[in-house]
Amino acid sequence: MPVSFVPSAQELFRFSPEIVLSLGGTAIMIAESGMKDGSRARLAATAFFTLLAAAVLSVAVAGDPGPAFSNLLAVDGFSTFFRILVCAAGMLVVLISSNYLREHGHDSGEYYALILFSVAGQCLMATSNELIMLFIGLECSSIASYVLAGYLRDDKRNNEAALKYFLLGSFASAFFLYGVAWLWGASGTTNLSELRRLLLDPSSGVGGTMTAAATALLLVGLAFKVSAAPFQMWAPDVYQGAPAPVAAFLSVGPKAAAFAMFLRILMTTFLPIRERWGPVLWAVALATMVIGNFAALHQSNIKRLLAYSSIAHAGYILVALTAMSDTGAAASMFYLAAYTFMNIGAFAVVTWVAGRDERHVELMDFAGLSRRSPVMAAVLSIFLLSLTGVPLTAGFFGKFYIFKAALDSDLVWLAVLGLLNSAVAAYYYLRIIVMMYMHEPSTGAQPLPAPAAGIRLALAASVAGTFLLGVAPSLVLDYATASAPLLR
Amino acid sequence: MSLLDILLLIPAAGALIALVLPKDNPGLIRKFTLFVSTLAFLLSLGLIGPTGANAGRYSFETNTVWIEYPAIRYHVGVDGLSLWLIILSTFLTPICVLVSWKHIEDRVKEFHVFLLFLLFGVVGVFVALDLFLFFVFWEVSLVPMYFLIGIWGHDRRIYAAVKFFLYTMAGSALMLTAMIWIYNRAGTFDLPLLLDMLRTGQLSFTASEGFWLFLAFFIAFAIKVPLFPLHTWLPDAHGEAPTAGSVMLASVLLKLGTYGLVRISLPLFPGPAHDNAPWIIALAIAGIIYGALVAMVQPNMKRLVAYSSVSHLGFVVLGIFTFTQVGLDGAVYQMLNHGISTGALFILVGLLYERRHSLEIADYGGVGTVAPWLSSAFVITSLASVGLPLLNNFVGEFLVLQGAAQARFLYAALAGTGVILSAVYMLWLVQRAFYGPTPEPVRHHITDMNPREWALVLPLLVMMVWMGVGPQSFLPAISEQNRQVLELVSGSPAQQKSAQEVAHAR
Repeated sequence: MPVSFVPSAQELFRFSPEIVLSLGGTAIMIAESGMKDGSRARLAATAFFTLLAAAVLSVAVAGDPGPAFSNLLAVDGFSTFFRILVCAAGMLVVLISSNYLREHGHDSGEYYALILFSVAGQCLMATSNELIMLFIGLECSSIASYVLAGYLRDDKRNNEAALKYFLLGSFASAFFLYGVAWLWGASGTTNLSELRRLLLDPSSGVGGTMTAAATALLLVGLAFKVSAAPFQMWAPDVYQGAPAPVAAFLSVGPKAAAFAMFLRILMTTFLPIRERWGPVLWAVALATMVIGNFAALHQSNIKRLLAYSSIAHAGYILVALTAMSDTGAAASMFYLAAYTFMNIGAFAVVTWVAGRDERHVELMDFAGLSRRSPVMAAVLSIFLLSLTGVPLTAGFFGKFYIFKAALDSDLVWLAVLGLLNSAVAAYYYLRIIVMMYMHEPSTGAQPLPAPAAGIRLALAASVAGTFLLGVAPSLVLDYATASAPLLR
Repeated sequence: MSLLDILLLIPAAGALIALVLPKDNPGLIRKFTLFVSTLAFLLSLGLIGPTGANAGRYSFETNTVWIEYPAIRYHVGVDGLSLWLIILSTFLTPICVLVSWKHIEDRVKEFHVFLLFLLFGVVGVFVALDLFLFFVFWEVSLVPMYFLIGIWGHDRRIYAAVKFFLYTMAGSALMLTAMIWIYNRAGTFDLPLLLDMLRTGQLSFTASEGFWLFLAFFIAFAIKVPLFPLHTWLPDAHGEAPTAGSVMLASVLLKLGTYGLVRISLPLFPGPAHDNAPWIIALAIAGIIYGALVAMVQPNMKRLVAYSSVSHLGFVVLGIFTFTQVGLDGAVYQMLNHGISTGALFILVGLLYERRHSLEIADYGGVGTVAPWLSSAFVITSLASVGLPLLNNFVGEFLVLQGAAQARFLYAALAGTGVILSAVYMLWLVQRAFYGPTPEPVRHHITDMNPREWALVLPLLVMMVWMGVGPQSFLPAISEQNRQVLELVSGSPAQQKSAQEVAHAR
């Protein structure tokens, strides 16, 4: 195939979601400078519709799958799934952010631009078929996220969160990049499909110690990004310190994209040497579940609790990855979709209760919420029960498919321990429900404002998603099942 | 849409409608819930005729795809085993609404929504013929009960509610693993299909596989029953739940465990069930005696009744694992009896509590002189509970003991002491609370039953007598179903042989 450096129209089309997101972000930044204070609500709307356009384009592009830019990108069912997922997560986050930002006097365009850039990076992570491209996507997403974590720059906790996230995150990126460099040294290529071919071919000489070491370096970087043990320490501090809507974003968007990368690298490339990293992944998955769940038991700050819970959920998804099968990949995709709805939903309620300057983020602040606002308490309970994995909610089928995939691959102990872990998790989710329903409001509790329209919309969408995936999981699972084999 | 689907739909739709009723009109919500649950009860009576005529098979069967892959089916049906348990659930729900009429004043709407949702869950468990569907309803029934205990319970309600939830969750985690394992072996969750495959030898479990699967299901069910020594959640949950919660918990939710044993454990794993019967029976007998002894020393009425449940449910498990026709018939009949008589005990204790605001036996005495009708009802219920002839528990316990004696006389001899002990703790309770001198607070606070209270106690008393003198109205359908279960269980050696032959042939 002759290499052309002028991209064809088809290639540009395949890249269009990322283009739209980048252009939208840039446009917001330019437009903001000439804007009066009163019309800032339009910025949020612009961001929302840019994300919507990107999601729609992702669907349109899926009709014409194939590689782009000399095989740097691969548009397939898998990438489409994650593109839509991260765009949807972005939309939900924009919805819950606008009121929060206005309350804190930081309703500026940068925020939305950063979200768009971060989502663009995540889309790239989902689509790349090449290690350098993956790294670029990862950095796009991460750098925007570092800034978002410290967005309220006068707030000490925000600054702390951003700094921690930045230092540890760049360290992890460096690990990843170092792994890429070693792989390139060992094989002479950074293309994932090409690497797989070399690994399958014993005469190529690739697959020795150096490749194993490079794989380890890549795994360290990826484990950090998905907050897997033993690289999970950053998550609680960052989620606690960052603005609540940003914490919602960090717990879903970058994580989903990082899992997309994780899946693509493991399933596309390193499947031939799975006996090397399989046991490592097994231990990492178990440790992540155990650390996340047991640490969450003792938290009194709700954001920190949800941070540990999101670590535990990363552990469940890692169980699906450990299964190393198409069903495992499909299960993790389904789980991420379910997780997006229920976790953003939970964070949306937390954002609302937290109020101005996030003064109400202790578990005690949720005491008697069912009396102060029955609807919001019921909605949060739905998300928490879904996170617990109670049937008729999305979380249940998520767990079901994951542990089924694990049992399919004869990981009996991992499945049993994982399921018992989810029984442990029930305890801390129940603590919140207990607070809301079985305690009276504290005497000093002020009346809660009516939730803003954005939060209401985000909650309605999340509740609908949680129930829809809990009653008719085939809607998403069939698609995931069909696109998982494309990884290979 | 069959009658059974409608029966499932009514409480679910009722709960959703109750959710949007105005919350400042508790009277309307109460009446609406009473209407919905009574409607469900009347409709469930329509199941009796066709199911009885169609003994040994599933009636009102619906079997459609719910989820394509993995193959999960909405497969429901009713047979002699589930029939009376469904009716027990629908029968008790209106009674629970009535008993809460004055008792529940806080968050009335939520309470009734949860009650209807609970009915939906338990009826679902009893009608599900797909293992996965069974599991879904099993978990669904957990959530409303958790809220019922946690919001409207007594002082230590939160501890009790969380303990109840976590115990059941831990059990169901194991059950889900076992179900997925079976699915991976057989490619289906459909129970009748699985039984067919076992019969024809298309599906067989190796000895160790069968053991672990049996154990996983057994632990989940044993927690729910609860079988000694997994019973520790029960006194807390019962002791702290509001009256309606205790009634539903004791009368219906505990039956989910024993129902699961008969519906799933025995037919699917006949071999392991046989092999493990000795220690299970030992635990059941230990539970009978232990529950009775602990009940004897309880100062709190509700906890006394709760421990008596441990003892009574021990009889049920004993009956099931004798693998005799009479034993199994007695066990299933005893599930119903326990539902009626223990439900009635909790209601009567609840009525006392509403008047005196205490559950301590020491706070009562001589109630008989101030509230003769209430006392009579309590005495009749107590006598039923201890197994007096002509009342319901006698029939069940007699059949179970007969079955136990057939299996091994020692079992019957040991379990028989439980009957004696039950007379001791129940009659001692009656003596302390209802006879003797009447302290001033009792004289002051305790009044006799009003018409609403009559309306909810009388049906239960009628059932106690009816089930005591006319067991033939209920037993034939149960017997037929049990005969089939036993056929499967006793047919197991042949099955194992055929599995071995298959192995040899390979």
